[in-house]
Amino acid sequence: MNLVQAINRTLHDVMRNDPNVLVLGEDVGVNGGVFRATDGLFKEFGADRVIDTPLSETGIIGAAIGMALYGLKPIAEIQFLDFIYPAFDQIVSELAKFRYRSGGQYPAHVVIRTPYGGGIKGGLYHSQSTEAYFCHTAGLKVVVPSTPADARGLLLSAIDDEDPVLFLEPKRIYRSLTGEVPDGDARVPFGRARVAREGSDVSIFAYGAMLPLALEAAEKLAPDGISAEVVDLRSLVPLDEKAVIDSVEKTGRAVIVHEAARFCGFGAELAALLSEKALYSLKAPIVRVTGFDTPFPYALENVYLPNADRIAHAARSSVRAS
Amino acid sequence: MVDPGTLTIAPTAGFSPAFPEDGLLDAYRLMVLARATDERCLSLQRQGRIGFYAPLMGQEAAQVGASRALSPEDWIFPAYRELAVALARGVSLRAIFDQLLGNADDLIKGRQMPNHFGFREVNFVVASSPIGTQITQAVGAAMAAQRRKDSLVTISFFGDGATSSNDFHAGLNFAGVYQCPTIFFCQNNQWAISLPRERQTHSATLAEKANAYGIPGVVVDGNDLNAVYGAVSEARARAISGKGPTMIEAEVYRFGPHSTSDDPKRYRTDAEVSEARERDPIGRLKELLITKGLWSEESDGKQWEEVRALVARTFESAEKANPLDPRSIFDDVFAQLSPRLEEERAEYDALVREGVMKP
Repeated sequence: MNLVQAINRTLHDVMRNDPNVLVLGEDVGVNGGVFRATDGLFKEFGADRVIDTPLSETGIIGAAIGMALYGLKPIAEIQFLDFIYPAFDQIVSELAKFRYRSGGQYPAHVVIRTPYGGGIKGGLYHSQSTEAYFCHTAGLKVVVPSTPADARGLLLSAIDDEDPVLFLEPKRIYRSLTGEVPDGDARVPFGRARVAREGSDVSIFAYGAMLPLALEAAEKLAPDGISAEVVDLRSLVPLDEKAVIDSVEKTGRAVIVHEAARFCGFGAELAALLSEKALYSLKAPIVRVTGFDTPFPYALENVYLPNADRIAHAARSSVRAS
Repeated sequence: MVDPGTLTIAPTAGFSPAFPEDGLLDAYRLMVLARATDERCLSLQRQGRIGFYAPLMGQEAAQVGASRALSPEDWIFPAYRELAVALARGVSLRAIFDQLLGNADDLIKGRQMPNHFGFREVNFVVASSPIGTQITQAVGAAMAAQRRKDSLVTISFFGDGATSSNDFHAGLNFAGVYQCPTIFFCQNNQWAISLPRERQTHSATLAEKANAYGIPGVVVDGNDLNAVYGAVSEARARAISGKGPTMIEAEVYRFGPHSTSDDPKRYRTDAEVSEARERDPIGRLKELLITKGLWSEESDGKQWEEVRALVARTFESAEKANPLDPRSIFDDVFAQLSPRLEEERAEYDALVREGVMKP
């Protein structure tokens, strides 16, 4: 099963199990979503629970908040992360702060699913990876699966959570990656990273569509006698700090990979964490392999995006440094 | 046209002036050129020679009619489906193809997906994918022209879906308050990807939304070149004479998919499309031209042949252009290359030198 099928099946399951769950967004109903993540839901659950909305992201999120305040469990789809900004006010000013500003009286549990990231020739507005804006906002949880099983597990946890969750779907690997997906309650708890490959010389931290590239880089390093550990963060907020520190305590080297621009990207937080809590374990400077600090280009996306060679190169230079 | 506050549902022939007779053949050729380009690009995308395409087929009369009612100094704020507007402004087909390919000759340097072009030389502001954002910007440019006392209008092009966007409402409100010389040109093609017009809004028309902001809103048959030309001409004349903004809803139908990523069979019937195609703006203008004795089936066949050959030839020449310089990725982020970007460019150069990245 691929990642988008895992999401689709999980949505079917939770909607069957809990009449409070509903889905809303643009083209999610009759069309089944532009990436088919909601395919079949409209047929099974009808227009009351699978809501095709007008073209208004602020409408989608604002309405989802209202539904959540009332006691439903809305799963809002934003067609592309790049289009979320009309709803930015509703997300960062409202959704993230409802619980806090009401002294706990009005928690607003909305799950926002949205495809993100590059590698599909989507240019400026169908490629961006702007998770850092949201990670910076207190009150939001931000998770990113990189396997079909984690897509199911994290989505189940997101729907069960008590807090608003931004569920980022790496659209580049929606279909390219398949894997076993457990049935039933296969929740993956938030704040728990996954060691995707054990290693002893260098730690590569990645998430989403960068994870397969990190694994590919580790393969490339093996013949050179470099043993790379690959850690899939899975959950950016809350972050599994212990897993990050443990890995670096073991390897002494850190390569951080994300497709978002480097400056103030999520990697900066990881680098800060390691310098605060694992400095004496580091044998070499931390290296970040990221998108450049430019907008996301259309024709030159392969220049912009990290690839396995860049990651392997960074790991080699880290090993060579000490 | 009427005073603010009253909605007109205009009969097709209710506008003046009529499209100038000596420009009809040129307008028709433009519409055919846009259609032939659409057809070619849909097939080029299937062949993998371009990455994406958003066709405008069905909207040719609306776009050419509106464009011909404008002056060269007017500012266009397009969405991403305005190929025929760009062609009508005099943009060369080669420049369009360069953008679709993102080659070294592309004026926007390969930065955006196909169809998101911009041509400063003809006051055609660069488009973006987010919906409706150009609407407030067109209002701002009109406010600027008003302050400079320049005699021109701005016009935003957008679709039925955009009328649900924040910017549509903010834009109409500002324009109403400041009475600036702008035209809101909505091509209601009935479908916002899979959402039909009647599910986008409960209003009977889109144009009547303007009335709530104190702006006249009119509905025209967007398949009728003459009607669109008349409505935009009147709106422009009002704006230029200080009478403020107008919203025009051109009723059209999106014959093709939303884009090459879309499969309309999932949400609408072929019968509906066939029925809409009976009102094809190109067929309609052709009939008019023949009735007027300006055109014949024979000349039509020849023109199609000539235009299709031109499209094929031009694309092939654009395909032979050089690829973009990868180092250009760092340009235009800021006016000057920042020290940080300079460093990243050096990092890229080193990666190429060391064989980690292909040049």
